[in-house]
Amino acid sequence: MTADGSLPSEEANAAGLLAEPHRVVAVGAGFLAEAISSQAVAVSTVDWRPPVVDADPLARVLADPRRREANSAALGRILASRAHLVDLAPARDALRLEPGVLLHAGPPIDWERASGPLRGALIGAALFEGLAGTSAEAEKRLAEEITLVPCHERSTVGPMAGVVSPSMWMFVLEDPSTGQRSYCSLNEGLGKVLRYGAYSPDVIERLDWMSSVLGPLLRDAIRRNGPYDVSSTVAQMVQMGDEGHNRNRAGTLMFLRDILPYLAESTAPPRDVAAVTRFIGGNDHFFLNLVMPACKLALDAARDLPGSTLVVAMARNGTDFGIQVAGTGDAWFTAPAAVPEGLYLGAYGAEDANPDIGDSAITETAGLGGFAMAAAPAIVRFVGGAVADAIRTTQEMYEITLGEHPLYQVPVLGFRGTPVGIDTTRVVRTGLLPQINTGIAGKIAGMGQVGAGLVRPPIECFIQALDALAAAAPELAVSSA
Amino acid sequence: MISFVEVRPGAYRDSVALMQISRDLANLDGVSAVLVAMATELNLDLLASMGFDRPPKAGPNDMVVAISAEDDDALAQARIVLEKALRGEHERRDGGLAGSAGGAPAMAGGLAQPVSRITAGALDGATLALVSVPGPYAFPEAVDALDAGLPVMIFSDNMPLEQEVWLKAAAAQRGLLVMGPDCGTALVAGVGLGFANVVRPGPVGIVAASGTGAQQLICLLDAADIGISHCLGVGGRDLSAAVGGRSTLQALDLLDADPATDMVVVLSKPPDPAVAEVVSHRASTLSKPVVIGLPGDTFPDLTAVAAAVLDALGKPPRTWPRWTPINPLPRRSGALRGLYAGGTLRDEALSIARERLGRISVDDPGALGHALVDFGDDRFTMGRAHPMIDPTLRADQLGRDLANPATGVVLVDVVLGHGAHPSPATPIAEVVHQIAATGEILPPVVAALIGTETDPQGLEAQAQLLVDAGVRVFLSHAEAVHVALDLLTGESP
Repeated sequence: MTADGSLPSEEANAAGLLAEPHRVVAVGAGFLAEAISSQAVAVSTVDWRPPVVDADPLARVLADPRRREANSAALGRILASRAHLVDLAPARDALRLEPGVLLHAGPPIDWERASGPLRGALIGAALFEGLAGTSAEAEKRLAEEITLVPCHERSTVGPMAGVVSPSMWMFVLEDPSTGQRSYCSLNEGLGKVLRYGAYSPDVIERLDWMSSVLGPLLRDAIRRNGPYDVSSTVAQMVQMGDEGHNRNRAGTLMFLRDILPYLAESTAPPRDVAAVTRFIGGNDHFFLNLVMPACKLALDAARDLPGSTLVVAMARNGTDFGIQVAGTGDAWFTAPAAVPEGLYLGAYGAEDANPDIGDSAITETAGLGGFAMAAAPAIVRFVGGAVADAIRTTQEMYEITLGEHPLYQVPVLGFRGTPVGIDTTRVVRTGLLPQINTGIAGKIAGMGQVGAGLVRPPIECFIQALDALAAAAPELAVSSA
Repeated sequence: MISFVEVRPGAYRDSVALMQISRDLANLDGVSAVLVAMATELNLDLLASMGFDRPPKAGPNDMVVAISAEDDDALAQARIVLEKALRGEHERRDGGLAGSAGGAPAMAGGLAQPVSRITAGALDGATLALVSVPGPYAFPEAVDALDAGLPVMIFSDNMPLEQEVWLKAAAAQRGLLVMGPDCGTALVAGVGLGFANVVRPGPVGIVAASGTGAQQLICLLDAADIGISHCLGVGGRDLSAAVGGRSTLQALDLLDADPATDMVVVLSKPPDPAVAEVVSHRASTLSKPVVIGLPGDTFPDLTAVAAAVLDALGKPPRTWPRWTPINPLPRRSGALRGLYAGGTLRDEALSIARERLGRISVDDPGALGHALVDFGDDRFTMGRAHPMIDPTLRADQLGRDLANPATGVVLVDVVLGHGAHPSPATPIAEVVHQIAATGEILPPVVAALIGTETDPQGLEAQAQLLVDAGVRVFLSHAEAVHVALDLLTGESP
């Protein structure tokens, strides 16, 4: 498949076989490549290693007659997707989120297995909604009555704990050509915040302000301005040192720049306008919550294509890492989430860190974040790496992806598009795992953010996905010819 | 004596590269035993048999390093050499930031920076793929090649039949040719792939189900000053009922349309009758003459196929080159011992010898009496390189057979060309000299030398090495077999 997802032309290549001066690509025994090279014939070699899965399911998935077309379609839909911010509204209206239901990041989980930061965020949401007066009361209701649903099941993504309750305000994104929508909450900033599992009174106060001031002012500005082109801003931020996951500084400032006149024109008290602009300008991650639903919109467009091996979601709930694949519907393939490697805030250390959490790996799934690391070399400092590591990371990701994103161009790579469309078969064949940039939550409920760093998914998710794809593929038989 | 065993999880090199490293380390002073290998069951057993402790946690995706040395200094030295050797591979692989557009361009005659998969775009316009990973893993690589729009030669053997069928069906749909699996040689537009002899360009196009069979034919034609346009391998199962001759039919059409080809030769293994019918019918519709060579059926052997090609080209019959020692080893009675690197040649020897000798054991070097062994067979290549590259196993057996008074004659093949051992005659000549030096009375040794003068090893030079050891050398394998049998039975050759 070519970078843009189209299939190579199938004009008879065979005639060329006997005519052209050949350039050979050789995979396997080195002496055979050398034998070709010694004839003064150009030869490239493949750095091959045995796949990490059994040969049979892999062959069956690769032989699935639907695979090429389905992957081509999946990638095409992702690359064609455009995200406009069209509205803001509370989740009860935007998502018709019913009382007694809370959304959370990652694959499905119950209170029993929820990690510290997810529990903390759920407690905070219960307090914020007035479902409980104390954290103890909240815990009891959460354990007994409240239904937990993954954000992903409601066209939504949530960073870190990703908890969404009916009163929280949501960004509403829409693809203008398909009318498809996706949603994300508003970013609270860093440190002691709900998404990192903090639920102290100042956290709840901030959520109250976001619902009463921030959300309505932004909604009015967007309605006055008309739809805001998030995709265009993402494309620009990638050329300005952001990778759209751990670094959203340029994106946030561009958003603020664009929205500011419409905020100023509003009838809201100047005090509130000042507070809103100060809040956005003071939070380098504000735009993350627009990048994520833009990615979600693109990847949801690629869902439900039987035979496709393309990964449409990577998400973590703080306990499990889960992935979903275009060819296997809504099935989650999960394994225990790893603890990220990174830098810690203040006196915090690795012993305080919770395993990987959040839907924000949707950015990597869509070709941003770790996959666009070469565009944001500052990020590698989280693990003490060098600029070369950032470039290598992005280059490595081309090895497991189906295409390149024409909108997300990396200047240092000669404006090559970022790698996009993770191919399950490539991951299990190479053993190369997607690189995810992430924040690190404290493992105890209420602790908040303790650091930021890098993490990779467990390979087991991809092995399970491959087995499921194999089970859904026709059997490879001699008679199938 | 100190022993060092280490497991390197996830490290991978191909078995030939690791064997070379092992051999280099074992040659160091003070080092007595070395195994650097992927930790397959087989290699772990080998490790144990060499007296090393079996590491508790090691699997086929891990590399195991085992070194036995006289003292700490020797061990340290060996480890330095090891790191250098492993890094040497790496250095060639790591082009740093170069090739950000996806793999550095391949330089003419040089190995470019490796890429992680076969794609058309990432390789600066690759036009042809060669797959030689272990058989169970070859399918994904071949699929990549077809997906990238590339014709593919699959050198790997042991590919499940249904995968071959799938690949050939998909390739035919996309107008691409699959050569193989188990395709040992091909010559495509001047490029030799696999084990490939260096021949002049010429009018004969070959469609071959067998690697060494095609090499024999090519070398005989070369000796008759007849060049080859292309040799398209199709794999030994192509004419089976399941595969249906897909690649053979495609190759026939390709050669028919090729302006450089004047006549076509099909070299087959015993085909499915219905498929043979389809192939002969297709052949009869070609605009060019076709010789269908089914050894043992239309022709007694490959040499007869070569004679038929000469005849079809209007050339007179000729005698094939042979090299006779000044003091050839004298004939004696006993068992025929045929030690082969090429499976097709072993088969040809079997079909010729069976008529004259009766019962012959196959692929059991320990068997008494007449025996023919193909050291390229799976049972001998598990965990080690093909005998055309690594002559050790066959040389060891040759030594045993030469020293055995029950041996009446030894028959070997020596295959030259790209990809083969840099001097395959040397280990054979050396063993003969060694055993002769012990004062043993040797049985006669007869060699089929499959090569051309333009091969990297040089035909005359290789023949000379053998002749100097008293070996009778023939370019025609069939002739070599008949001479060996004549020596054995006392008939005059």
